[in-house]
Amino acid sequence: MNRSTIDLWVGVFVVLGIGALLFLALKVGNLATFSDNQTYLVQARFANIGGLKVRAPIKSAGVVVGRVADIRFDNETYEALVSMTLGTSYQFPRDTTAKILTSGILGEQYIGLEAGGDGVMLKNGDRVRLTQSAVVLENLISQFLFNKAAETKEPEKQ
Amino acid sequence: MQQLEQLREHARGRLERLGNTVTSQVWRLGFASRFLFYLVMHSATALRRFRLTVAEIYFAGVLSLIIILVSGLFVGMVLALQGYDTLQRFGASESLGVLVALSLVRELGPVVAGLLFASRAGSAITAEIGLMKATEQISAMEMMAVDPIARVVAPRFWGGVISMPLLAALFSAMGIFGGYLVGVQLIGVDSGAFWSQMQAAVDLRNDILNGVIKSLVFGVAVTWISVFEGYDAVPTAEGVSRATTRTVVSSSLAILALDFVLTALMFTGGNNQ
Amino acid sequence: MQQNPIVEIRKVAFGYDPARPVLRDIDLEIPRGSVVGIMGQSGCGKTTLLRIIAGQFLPTAGEARVLGEPTAKLDRRGLYAMRRRMGMLFQFGALFTDMSVYENVAFPLREHADIPDELVHDLVMLKLQAVGLRGAAQLMPTELSGGMARRVALARSIALDPQLMLYDEPFTGLDPISFGVIVRLIRELNDSLGATSIIVTHDVQEALEVVDYVHFMADGRIIAQGSPDAIRRSSEPFVRQFVNGAAEGPVPFHYPAPDYAADLELAAG
Repeated sequence: MNRSTIDLWVGVFVVLGIGALLFLALKVGNLATFSDNQTYLVQARFANIGGLKVRAPIKSAGVVVGRVADIRFDNETYEALVSMTLGTSYQFPRDTTAKILTSGILGEQYIGLEAGGDGVMLKNGDRVRLTQSAVVLENLISQFLFNKAAETKEPEKQ
Repeated sequence: MQQLEQLREHARGRLERLGNTVTSQVWRLGFASRFLFYLVMHSATALRRFRLTVAEIYFAGVLSLIIILVSGLFVGMVLALQGYDTLQRFGASESLGVLVALSLVRELGPVVAGLLFASRAGSAITAEIGLMKATEQISAMEMMAVDPIARVVAPRFWGGVISMPLLAALFSAMGIFGGYLVGVQLIGVDSGAFWSQMQAAVDLRNDILNGVIKSLVFGVAVTWISVFEGYDAVPTAEGVSRATTRTVVSSSLAILALDFVLTALMFTGGNNQ
Repeated sequence: MQQNPIVEIRKVAFGYDPARPVLRDIDLEIPRGSVVGIMGQSGCGKTTLLRIIAGQFLPTAGEARVLGEPTAKLDRRGLYAMRRRMGMLFQFGALFTDMSVYENVAFPLREHADIPDELVHDLVMLKLQAVGLRGAAQLMPTELSGGMARRVALARSIALDPQLMLYDEPFTGLDPISFGVIVRLIRELNDSLGATSIIVTHDVQEALEVVDYVHFMADGRIIAQGSPDAIRRSSEPFVRQFVNGAAEGPVPFHYPAPDYAADLELAAG
């Protein structure tokens, strides 16, 4: 095995390896995140964010328009304070609603934006006023059981 | 009375041997660490005369290609089969791409590629250096005023460290391709869902980069163990054979232990991260 | 021989473990230009002495001066500088198995001398010609016979024209023809290089043909020394047993063992 053949094979190997890394980065991962100068930041308060995580997608009409940047706890209002980065090409009215939704049954939680009708758009640093918290399964079940109990009681009354 | 004495002597002998084994292992670890430090400090030759390192990348990396690619393909295909079977019970079969990709990129790629590398390339490096020692080639080099660690050991070390992340990436890529073949082509999961869900779930920084970091750490560990065991081997046929066995066993254990530590550091859910 | 000796060993002792010394109180000098033999039984310490001269071991007592420098006081760079003026032939050649004959001989030249490839080529051919293997330049070490491998190793060890040549059991396992070739080469190279040669061996009869002076070792000490004739005529019992190859003498035939009859009875009973 002379020198130039070894060099050739090592070159091929390195190219293949870097190619695999690029494949993973581009085709498999989500390299296409928004770059900083094309985003703006808005905030929203939620009573319960459920399983929402940083970097979770923000979608409107099912299309990804941004990412969750930061999640904090407001010790005065006892609410969650979520900071969202949205792409500058996506403008939303001031009366937009932010809801925490789940993708699929086992899916991760994300924020869904439903546009309102206000003529004025949200700017960098604004707060989305209308929010809907995540659905907590335990509350749902206890409510369901409560309703069921109320239903059975009523016929008895009659 | 005499039996008690004998028992006590026996126990003391056992304890002494255990103590000796532990201290000798600790001593050996210290020796290996100094060896690594010396090796890194004297890597100038390996980097200046890059030809030497390139030859070692060939022997460690290129010659491991076949086993890595074939194993990656099969692991990916099995992941798809097993994953589909479980996911479709929850109606989540469209997440197959996510399962295959995350399993490979985060864990199986670095770990399995590392284990295969240790068995194939690691043992070869140990055997080669051990045999050079046994046939006095290392002594001959020393007598010719050439530092054998700089000339023989360092290129092999860097060759292994460079090859490992590339092999892990190739393993993961082949695995994903294998998963695609079985999941989409064979079973019939929707191709669009397969790739799009994967792209949404696999994060460049958290998953892929962490996987690369893991494979680098494994590469350093495995290659370090391989060159050290070779250099420290008893210069007989039996000594070299025991050294190669130790390389494979120690490397495998090191990979699994490091994997646990790194996974705990990188992937455990903390503050909504 | 007015110059100082090329190797001076003064009261050198050595042992891997203080309880079992390998060398005790060795005193010898190697005059420049001579071919000196160090002989003795296996395990008498002669190879260890050679390694001390080569700087691979440091004496636990006494001083070893080689090429004017005490080996114990040299740092790594000094040691390597000293070794560039020495050549060592290992018992089975120790050729680098992944390189061809040419590359093996070129190795010290490429590592230590910054000379252009054409000059390297000429020097390699010169050295191979000296050992008679110029035609084998492109072979790999695995394709060589034992004798040829050793000659290539010899060519490699003289590549930098050393002042001191060390031979570790150079005659082991050679057929009579290769034997004669190596003997001739040792003498010719020593004289043409103007070097000094130290041969460690237990091949008595053949070595006595080639050396100028002999040091006889047993049990870590030098027990006899002299010219080959003096050794042949020596009356020292160990030397006599060694030179004649007698089975019985100061070195007993039987390894220490319990009483023979007792051993047999135990087996039968």
